[in-house]
Amino acid sequence: MTGTATETDETTARPEEIRAVPVRHYGRWVAAVIVALIAAALTYSVFTNARFRWGDIGHFLFDHRILHGVVVTLELTALSMIIGIILGVLLAIMRLSPNPLVAGASSFYIWIFRGTPVLVQILLWYNVSALYPKISFGLPFVHLNANDLITPFVAAILALGLNEGAYMAEIVRAGLLSVDEGQTEAAHALGMTRLQTMRRIVLPQAMRVIIPPTGNETISMLKTSSLVSVIAYAELTYSAALIDSVNYLVIQLLIVISIWYLFLTTILSIGQYYLERHYSRGSSRQDPGGSILAKIFSGMFSVRHGQ
Amino acid sequence: MVKAEGVHKRFGRVEVLNGITLEVQPREVMCLVGPSGSGKSTFLRCINHLERINAGRLYVDGELVGYRQVGDKLHELRESEVVRKRQEIGMVFQRFNLFPHKTALGNVIEAPTQVKGQSRKQAVARAEELLARVGLKDKMHSYPVALSGGQQQRVAIARALAMDPKLMLFDEPTSALDPELVGEVLDVMRGLAADGMTMIVVTHEMGFAREVGDTLVFMDGGVIVESGRPRDVLANPRHERTKLFLSKVL
Repeated sequence: MTGTATETDETTARPEEIRAVPVRHYGRWVAAVIVALIAAALTYSVFTNARFRWGDIGHFLFDHRILHGVVVTLELTALSMIIGIILGVLLAIMRLSPNPLVAGASSFYIWIFRGTPVLVQILLWYNVSALYPKISFGLPFVHLNANDLITPFVAAILALGLNEGAYMAEIVRAGLLSVDEGQTEAAHALGMTRLQTMRRIVLPQAMRVIIPPTGNETISMLKTSSLVSVIAYAELTYSAALIDSVNYLVIQLLIVISIWYLFLTTILSIGQYYLERHYSRGSSRQDPGGSILAKIFSGMFSVRHGQ
Repeated sequence: MVKAEGVHKRFGRVEVLNGITLEVQPREVMCLVGPSGSGKSTFLRCINHLERINAGRLYVDGELVGYRQVGDKLHELRESEVVRKRQEIGMVFQRFNLFPHKTALGNVIEAPTQVKGQSRKQAVARAEELLARVGLKDKMHSYPVALSGGQQQRVAIARALAMDPKLMLFDEPTSALDPELVGEVLDVMRGLAADGMTMIVVTHEMGFAREVGDTLVFMDGGVIVESGRPRDVLANPRHERTKLFLSKVL
């Protein structure tokens, strides 16, 4: 058997463009009709059911207590994430340490904090004065009353931040491991120290892997922070609970805070989109793909690890 | 420039280098050839202490690599000392290992600015000169993904040269390239050799070894089987193993 091949030259005419009849997807049409019908029914019921009391929802949406709750929730989220990220980088580098005791300590920390519910951790930190009434940090002349030191705010930040540290450690570690060993070698061969290599070469590349889950963590944290309402700390959820305990508009206030949570997570998702784009420089020939809308929706629907 | 005396290297229980003794003179181009797994790349990596040797002595420019001799004891060098010696040795990798988050220019100025503390302006001026020398001045602001393999490897050579090394190590610099791109990288290396750079080149390019190399060293099983002038070794190999190897690659 001998194959043949014809050389292409200018005289070869370009064959006619293909115009085929597309395959009809009847199933898709049926599915689309069903989805549209369900959506219409839901929308109709939401806007015609007087029990929703949309007027009250609108009224409380910008209530000053709710707005204060929004600010507190943002503070909690930001501070807890800062603690979580710093702790996470530290724990990740510890975990990759050649010293078994250092690596083991990191693993132990992650085991404890990832293996117990955040809700329980919040309650434990809030009640830590029962275990350690006086806190001295091992220093002479320092005798702080734990009840004064561990305010609901401090308990909330400690619980959320330390818990987040465990999750961030795993994310950062995965990021560091994702960077090709050749990068470290090339940097070392150029005379860079281990610290320079980590800071200038490995971490910036690990960021591409670290940023997306960190964005998800931040979005989750915004929602998880609602758990600190159990220790009567007036973030968004507890602020709403304070109001509805007086006026019994429970559903309306839950919808109010849901609108706020949704708004804030959307803003965070947009920020994440731009951050990801910044750190994906040099990773593909084109601009990173996917529309911003797709990113935002996927970010909002990300699933939080069990609580 | 480089002197090895009975260098041994073990990975676990596998002896990868089994007593390598050789000497490279300044301005010499030495080509290391041999089957894969013969230890040539490992030996190259020992020279700038990316790998630690288990026995023997290895000197670069008269100084022990990775250790300091005090009396009859060897002391491991601190990181700062290892790093200082590595600055004098450029290395080019088979897989280029360019920093993907930096442009070609960014790759070349990274070490001069971070390690040598040169000003950005100074480093950029030198980088432009080096990139022009490897024929990539117009690709200065491209990221590595936008460059072909041959272009990436030429940037990698410019990056190593930016530290003004006394010695250049090449670890199979053309093995990951499409055949049509090999030539452009070899041309740059030929130019370097002509300028008097001391080079140790692990390669499968026998044509390059014959034309540019001053010495050809054939390694197999972690030992040097035979060495000499490339023309002689390639034309009249004395050992069976060399003959067998050359019959497969030539």
